Amino acid sequence: MAIEAQVNGKPVTFHVDDDTPLLWALREELGLTGTKFGCGIAACGACSVHVDGAVMRSCSVPVGTIAGKSITTIEALGSADAPHPLQVAWIAHQVPQCGYCQSGQLMAAAALLATTPHPSDDQIDAAMTNICRCATYPRIREAIHAVAGAGA
Amino acid sequence: MKLQRRYFLIGGAALVGAGVFSVWWSDKAATARAERLTTGPGQSSFAGWLKIANDDTVTIYSPHIDFGQGSHTALAQMLADELDADWGTVRVEQAPADYAFGNTSIAKLFVPTMSGHPDVMKRLPDPVFSLLARNVPLQITGGSSAIRGTGQYGMRVVGAAARRALLATAADRLGVPETELTAAKGRITHTRTGKVLRYGELAEAAARRDLRDAPALKTRDQYTFIGKPIDRFDIPGKVNGSAQYGMDVIRPDMRVATVIAAPVRGGKLLSVDHGPAMAVKGVEKVIALDDAVVVVASGYWPALKGVRALAPKFSDGGHGHLDTAGIYAAQAQLIAQAKPDNHYGAGDVAAALHAPGARVLHAEYRVPFLHQAAMEPFAMTGHHADGKLEVWGATQDPLQTRNLLAQFSGLSIDNVTFHPMIMGGGFGRRFPPYTQIIEQIARVAMQVDHPVKLIWSREEDVKQGAYRPQSLGQLQAALGHDGTITGWQTDYAQFADAESEVVFPYRVPATARRHFKYISNQVDAYWRSVNSTQHGFYNESFIDELAHLAGADPYRFRRAHLPAGGRHLAVLDAVAQRSGWGTPLPSGTGRGIALVESFGTICAHVIEASVTPDGTPKVHHVWAVVDCGTTVNPRNAQAQVQGAVLMGLSTALGEAITLTGGAVDQSSFPDYPVLKLADAPPIDVHFIESDAPIGGIGEPGLPPAAPALANALFVATGKRIRHLPIAGQLA
Repeated sequence: MAIEAQVNGKPVTFHVDDDTPLLWALREELGLTGTKFGCGIAACGACSVHVDGAVMRSCSVPVGTIAGKSITTIEALGSADAPHPLQVAWIAHQVPQCGYCQSGQLMAAAALLATTPHPSDDQIDAAMTNICRCATYPRIREAIHAVAGAGA
Repeated sequence: MKLQRRYFLIGGAALVGAGVFSVWWSDKAATARAERLTTGPGQSSFAGWLKIANDDTVTIYSPHIDFGQGSHTALAQMLADELDADWGTVRVEQAPADYAFGNTSIAKLFVPTMSGHPDVMKRLPDPVFSLLARNVPLQITGGSSAIRGTGQYGMRVVGAAARRALLATAADRLGVPETELTAAKGRITHTRTGKVLRYGELAEAAARRDLRDAPALKTRDQYTFIGKPIDRFDIPGKVNGSAQYGMDVIRPDMRVATVIAAPVRGGKLLSVDHGPAMAVKGVEKVIALDDAVVVVASGYWPALKGVRALAPKFSDGGHGHLDTAGIYAAQAQLIAQAKPDNHYGAGDVAAALHAPGARVLHAEYRVPFLHQAAMEPFAMTGHHADGKLEVWGATQDPLQTRNLLAQFSGLSIDNVTFHPMIMGGGFGRRFPPYTQIIEQIARVAMQVDHPVKLIWSREEDVKQGAYRPQSLGQLQAALGHDGTITGWQTDYAQFADAESEVVFPYRVPATARRHFKYISNQVDAYWRSVNSTQHGFYNESFIDELAHLAGADPYRFRRAHLPAGGRHLAVLDAVAQRSGWGTPLPSGTGRGIALVESFGTICAHVIEASVTPDGTPKVHHVWAVVDCGTTVNPRNAQAQVQGAVLMGLSTALGEAITLTGGAVDQSSFPDYPVLKLADAPPIDVHFIESDAPIGGIGEPGLPPAAPALANALFVATGKRIRHLPIAGQLA
C-alpha cells in the first residue's frame, strides 16, 4: 500500500493501490504534470519517464513494481540553470508545436543518447517510436543529431 | 483608445439578419470592457488587444488559442512590427473568454467589401463563415484565420494606431511637429535635439487619445518582425514540463472523473446499475447523463476501474443498421438518383461528355471518416460553488464554450467563468458545438461538491469523435481532339455542400459540381483543411488519370490547363523544378504531383514513393511549394507545412474510422495508426513570397499529400488508388 521510491532524486512514498499506473501516481500524488496521459496502453509514449535510467511508458508500469527504484521525469531532466542538452536543442530547433507529446519525446531521446551517444538515423528510427500528431519528427531528428554531433 | 468603428459596423451589416446589431454593439462596448478585464495600475490599454505598462512591457492579448500553430508569436510579430516595439519587451497572453475579445476581425476577413478583394468571399471556409453568421459571440480559432484575419485586420491596425497615438503624444509633450519624430524599438526620438521618450512614459496619455483615421500600414520593405524566424514564446515551457494543459489542472480537494457514452452516436442511456462501480475503492459517485455515465473518484485510475465495472445499457437511437460499406452504398445510390441538393458550374458538360470522338473517363473515389487524434484527450475541470461555475479547459472557442457552460448549468453567463488552457492539439476536434465534454463537465460539476476534473480515456476519444465525413465522389470528364479537358463533372455525397471551400484552378470550358446531401448518425465536423482534403484527393487524382488517358505528362497536362502568368502555375512550376520532375528514377519508384488551393493559400507537392515487396507504400521524399502571400514567421510556417504533409500522408496510408452496427470499430492507436518518426520522409518546403493577400498556413499543406502519393504509387505500380486509406490495396 505504501510504496517507497526515489522520484527526481528525492525519496517519496506513494499511498495508492499497487496496480495504479506510475503515470497517475506521479501526476495525482506528486503533482508532476509534465508527464502526460496520451493513451493508457503504452502505445503513444506521451507518459515516458526513466526508471533506473531506462525509458518506460509510465501508464503501463504499476506503481507496485517500482519500489526501491529511481524515477526521473521531465521536470528533472535538466534544471533552469543547467538544462539537458536536448532541451537546449529542442528550443534552438523550435521542435514543439502543440507540445503535449514533447515531455515523452525528450525522455525517449535522452535515454537513447545515454546508451548511444552518436545514433545513426536507423537507430533514431528504432528508438523514437513516440507519436506526435503535429508531426514534429523532422525537427526531433535534427535536434538529436545536433546534440550527438556537439558531444562528439 | 477608441479605434474608428465605422468599418466594423459595415462589416456587421454584411453578416446576416440578427447579427448586425450585436456585432456593432459588442465591438463598440468591447474596448472599455477589455480594458477593465486586462488592465491594472500603471498599465494602459489600446483597443483591448494591446497593453503598454509604465515599465515599457508590451502585452498583446490573443483572442485565438495557440495549439501549436505558433499564432500567438506570429500575431505579436504583426502588432509589434506596426508598433515599432522593442521585441525584448513583448509578451503574449491568452485573451479572456469574453465577448470583448470576439471574432470581429475574423468577421471582417469574411466580408468582401472590407478586405479589398471582392473574390475572397467565395474562397472562404464555409463552416467558419456560417458559424459567424448565425452566432456572433464567438472567439474561434479555425479556418486558418488567425493571421490572415485577426493579424492582418486587427493586430496590425491596432499596432499602427497605437504607434500614431504615441507619436502624437510625444509631439505634444516635446512641442515639436510629429514629422520630426521617429519611432523605433519602443522609443520615440526627436532627431534634431536627440530627446528620447519611452513608450512606457507616453502610454497613459496616448491611450486617452481618440484616433479617427485608419492608420497606414507598413509595406513589405518596412517590416522589422514580420517575415523573421523569431523564436516562439511557448516553447521553453513545452520542453521542461511546466506548460499547463487542460489535462494538468489541479484544484484543492479535487476529484477525478471519467465517462463512457453510448457507443452508437444518437443512442441514449437506458439503464445502469451503479453498484459495481461504487464497489471500487476510491469511487465516490456515479452520475447518469442522458447519453453517458460518469464515475467520480479520488483519482483517474479508480474512476476508470469504476467505469469498466459498469454494464450500462444504451439504445442505438435507430442507427444500429449503419456500417461503413452501407454508407458508401447509400451515397452511390443517392448520386444514382440524380437529384442533387446543390448544383454549380458553367457550360454544357453533357454536350462535352457526349461529343463525337470525345474520350470519356469515369471514376469513383471513396474516403473514410477520419479522426483528428490530438495527443491530449479531452479534459476539463469544473467547480460549482456559491452559485458560480468556474471551468478550466481547452477548446477552439473559449467564448462559445462559456456560453454553452451557462446554458448547460442553467446559470447566467455572468456567473460562469471559463479559463482557456493550452491545448494538446485540436485539428478541428475542439469546436464547442460538438465538444461533448463541455456539456458533461457542466452537468457533473453541478452535482459534485468539490472541484472535479473529467478526463476522457483514449478509447472514448477515438470512439466518440467528430470525424472528417466519410464521402464518395463520382467524377467524369471528356478529352477533346487536342487532348485537353472539354468537360468535367463532380458528383459527391456527404453532409456539407463544399462549394464555398473548394477551388478548381483549371480552365475547363464546361464544369458541373453537384452536391448530394447524405446524413449519417455522425456529427458533421471540421478536420484539418476540412472539405479540401477529400475534394483535393478527388480532383488531383482524377486530373492525373486524365493526363495518363491523354498520354501526357501529369505536370505538363496540369500546366496546359492553368492560366498563364498566374500564381497556380508559378507554384506548380516551382515544385516541378525543385523536385527534378522528369529526371530518371529507379524502377519501381514513382513521382506524383498535386496542386490544391485552400484557405487562400496555393500549395503543390511532388512525392517520390515506392512499394515494399509486402505491399507497404514507402515515401522517399516530399517537395512542397507554398504561396500564402507573406510568411509572418517562416520557420514556423515551414513547421506547419511539414506537419500538414505528414498528417496527410498518415491518413492516406492507414487511417480510417469505420462503423459496425452504428458504432465505431476503432479504439486507440493500435487500430488507428498515426505515422511515426521512422516513416516520416524528408520534406523540402519552399515559399513564394508576394504582395498577394495573406493566406492560411495551418491547413493548406495537407490536401495535396494524399493525391500526390496516390499519383506516385500509380507510376510505381500501375495500380490506381481510388479509395483511402491505401493500406492493404497494394499487397
